[in-house]
Parts: sequence; C-alpha cells; structure tokens
Amino acid sequence: MRRTRRRSAGNIVLGIFAAAVFAFLLLPLLVVFPISLSSAAYLQFPPPGYSWQWYQRYLDDPSWIEATLRSVQVATLCTVLAMALGVPLAFFLVRSRFPGVRVLDRVTAAPIIVPTIILSIALYGVFARLQLIGAWYGLAVAHAVLALPFVVILVSAGLRGFDEAQEQAAAGLGATWPRIIWRVTLPQLRPSLVSAAFLSFISSFDELVVAMFLSGASMTLPKKMFDNILMEIDPTIAAVSVLQILLVSVALGLTSLFGRGALTTTITR
Amino acid sequence: MQLSVQRIVRRFGPVAALGGVDLEVAEGEFLTILGPSGSGKTTLLKAIAGFEIPDEGTVLLGGEDVTLAPPRQRDVGMVFQNYALFPHLTVAQNVAFPLEMRRRPRAEVARRVEDVLRLVELQSFGGRLPRQLSGGQQQRVALARAVVFGPRLLLLDEPFGALDRKLRESLQLEVRRLQRSLRLTTLFITHDQEEALIMSDRIAVMDKGRIQQIGLPGDLYARPATRFVADFLGESNLLEGTASAASASIPGFGEVPLAAPQPAGPVTLLLRPEALRLGGEVEALPCRARGTVVETVFLGLSAKLRLRLQDGPEVLARVPLRPSAPPPAAEGEVVTVGFSPEDVHVVPRA
Repeated sequence: MRRTRRRSAGNIVLGIFAAAVFAFLLLPLLVVFPISLSSAAYLQFPPPGYSWQWYQRYLDDPSWIEATLRSVQVATLCTVLAMALGVPLAFFLVRSRFPGVRVLDRVTAAPIIVPTIILSIALYGVFARLQLIGAWYGLAVAHAVLALPFVVILVSAGLRGFDEAQEQAAAGLGATWPRIIWRVTLPQLRPSLVSAAFLSFISSFDELVVAMFLSGASMTLPKKMFDNILMEIDPTIAAVSVLQILLVSVALGLTSLFGRGALTTTITR
Repeated sequence: MQLSVQRIVRRFGPVAALGGVDLEVAEGEFLTILGPSGSGKTTLLKAIAGFEIPDEGTVLLGGEDVTLAPPRQRDVGMVFQNYALFPHLTVAQNVAFPLEMRRRPRAEVARRVEDVLRLVELQSFGGRLPRQLSGGQQQRVALARAVVFGPRLLLLDEPFGALDRKLRESLQLEVRRLQRSLRLTTLFITHDQEEALIMSDRIAVMDKGRIQQIGLPGDLYARPATRFVADFLGESNLLEGTASAASASIPGFGEVPLAAPQPAGPVTLLLRPEALRLGGEVEALPCRARGTVVETVFLGLSAKLRLRLQDGPEVLARVPLRPSAPPPAAEGEVVTVGFSPEDVHVVPRA
C-alpha cells in the first residue's frame, strides 16, 4: 500500500514539474499569438481588440515577402550544402581507422564553440574580399558552416548504431558500393538525415547575427524583423512570428512523417 | 561448385589467425568447420566470402582463382550469425535484393522470389518486414536470400546460435533438406559439436588457426587424431598412462591391452563415457576399476556419472536408462566400472 502511494506521489510531482516546463516553453507563444491579432497600432498585452490588419500589412508589403522568400532560399541552399558536406564527413569520421580521427571528430564542433559574432567578423573579412557581401548564396555558405556540426553529430550517431554486417551482406549478395550506400545504408539512416536536414534549415532560417554582417541590403527575414523593431514597433512582427512558427511547425510535422517509419524500424531492430 | 582453399595464411600483427589452411570441399558436399571461438574459423569464412584478403594462399571456386575478387563477384550466398536482414525492406524485397543487383528482368525476379519463399514455407510472408517475423522465420528469410540467385557456394556462419533448442533442431534438418535438394556446396561454421555431428557430410576441426583433423563425423568421433579433437568432439575420458609394447599401464585400471603396439613411454587413451560400463556385465570385462560415484546427472535416455577411481583419475560414464529400471548408482556409492579394450583409441601424440 505504502509503496504504491509513494510512487503515485512521485508521479504527481513529476507531472507538475513537466507542466511547469511546458508552460515555460509555451508562454511566449501565448503572448505572441494574441498580439499578432491586436487592433492596436503598438505592442500591447493584452490587446484592446482583435483584427487581421497586421497579417494584411505583412502580405501587402513586398519587402516582407521578399525577405521571407530570401530566407527560404538561403535556408534551402544551406541545408543542401550542409548535407552534401556533412554526410560524407560523418561517414569518414565513423568509419575511418585513421589515427587522428577522434580529434577531428571534436574539431567538427568548432563552429558551435566559436562565438557567432567572432565567426561573423571573420567571415565578413573574407567575404568582403570575395565580394560576396549581400549575395544570398554567400550567406547560405556561411550558414552551412554553422549547420555542419548538427549534420555531422546526428548522422554520426545514426551511423554508429548501424549494423555494418548489413553492408557486408549486401556486398556478398552482389551490390556495388554506391548501391550499398543508396539501397541499404542511407534508407536506414533516414531519421538521422531528416532530423539533420530539418535542424540545418531552421538554424539558417532563424539566424540573425551572421545575416546582419553578411546580408548587406538584401535582407533575410530575421534581419528584417530586427530592423522593424528598431524603426517602428508595431505588431507586424508578431504576425510574422506567428507565420514563422507555423512554417516551422509544418516542417517539423513533415520531419516526423518522413522520419517515423524508419525510426521505429531502427529502434526495434 | 567445388571449393579449394590452398595454404591460406592471415596474420593480425604477430598473431596468425590462419596458419596455412588447406581445405577441399566437393561439389554438393556439406562440410562443417568446427572450432572454439578464436580458432580462426570466422577468418577463414571471411577469406572465402571475400571480406578478408589473406596474406598468402589461394581460394579457388570451381577452379577459378577468386582470392582477390571482391565479394560481389564471387556468387557466394551467405547466412550471417545475426541474419543481417535489411530491416527497411520487406521479406520479398530482401529476397529480391541479390537478383536486382544482378539486373534480372522483373518477371524473373518475381517468379524466383515466389519459388524460394515457397521452398522455405514463407510464401504468405512476402509483404512483412523482418521485425514482424519470429527468429526462426527471419533465419529462413536469410537462407532464402542466400540461395535465390543460385550461388556457387553457400556459407553459413553459426546461423542457429540465437534460436532455442527445439527450433534449432527443426531448422537444422530443414537446412540440410534444402541443401540436398539444391545440391549446394556448403560450408558451415559452428562451435557446437553436436550440431556438426548432426548436419555434416564431413567435419574439419579447427584450432589455433589450423585444421586439426578432417573426416567423416563417425571417424572423427571414434578415432580423433589429436588430443584437442578428442576433447572437443563429444565427451571424453583421456586416460594418461605408460605404454610398453602391446599394453599400457593405466592408473586405476591396471594393464590395458592395445590393438596396435605402441612405443614405450607415455600414452593417452581415449575412452568415450558410453564405453564405460557399470553393474552386472562388468565382471566379464577385462579392464576394471573401483570408484566412488561423485555426481550423477539424469539426462532422460541416459544418466551421466562422475566417478573418482581408487588410485586413479576422475572418469565420466554414460549409462543407458530404462523407465522401469532402478537408477544405476547413487552418489557416494562405491561401484565397479569396466570397459572392453577394443573400445579404446590411442590418441596420437603431437
């Protein structure tokens, strides 16, 4: 009797704790959503009345739309680059018997360790010389540097959990190396790959510091939002935030949709 | 197809995992490599499959030198210890994999997959994923995938290790039936001597990177060529004594006549536990000893007794049981055991 009572008390405490953490996570959203629908012309909480005017303002302003599309463009190229570089690198780091490989493994985390602002200044110097300031693809390259550690860490973890006997089996059954990777290895790494791509995309889509240094006159969405706060504080930014949250939620939904089947397979194997 | 392995050497640093192995497997033969872990049997298998390149020696498959050929060019079907099924592909896709890699026409692939799944009695399981199958079913899928493309050689790497006893026995017979009906040259790797005795045409016993003895299961059991083989294959009493011409002096039993004269000096006799008798019939046997029963183990059809001989070593006896008969002897009892000299095999000295 006593034992069950104690355990249920523990469950209740844990439940309260979890609820508190969720509230902490979701509270900002509970503020942003109402403000985005505010009828007032300034940031005020709770809003005095409700309207769609700030969403309308966003949709009617070409500079907002342009910034959004540019951010999508930059994040897409960043994801492609980070995956194209990171996946083979992860294979090298996990599979190579090269003696210094453990050290290299740590080095790939460098972009996370180095303060973003230092990285930005350094990149600014290089990009200025290459005349890449203001070029969207230049920013995508810079963002790919930041996204690379996510890709390497996630894909390495996936690869370490992968049974290499399967590649031997495939080779014995007549498969060439490219076909082994394509038909046997990568499909089973799908959850890692999807998560890595998602994180790459989001890390670029949401990135402000590097964008401030490198994007010049062609603004990304976070840069535009930042400027908007500096110039004119109106609830447009709340509406943009909500749209951004929706976009990320859709991406997250797609991630779990495409990552799931493979994920359960990997776990139960 | 015929497999011929000639003087294969594979070193890992200073250790020779394979110290010059010669092996001939005839077409359609089921040959078992039996050895403890670390004996080099897996390295040998890898060299034959192409996952390991030997430092010296040659692997011939149907007369063709494949020593340096990559695995995909060898046409060797292999069943792995943990099956290595592709978890993201269905049973049918798994089995179709080697055919697709060989770019066979789609209709042929479908037909052969169906045929081979029927052969392993999984025809209705084609659409399932491996994780939805039991261990025994997964094993049969692995077997189907290894034979579907008509391999020149079938390699089985301890494929029954993860299965429970009943299932293992029925699969052993099934594999044997499949192997015979397809007339597949098969190399089977195991550390389980019982399994080796059940399944093989011939057995090669491996230890320390070398083949210690190769032959028919019955020959290996009755006439092991080394002490290691005698000890590893089946249960054994290895009696140490001193030979003088046509007899050997064995502590506990006294003088034991030998079928063939041995040079004077130390000698090892192999006496299988089932050759050691107990009870009334012992009086008629020429070689007898008295001993105390230390332990009895009931095994169903027989009982296993451990005895400490007076002025001699401990020996094992295996006595047949009948349901109506009383137990042969109780622990602590002093009994007389004996054997017939023709049941003794002199183990050659290395």
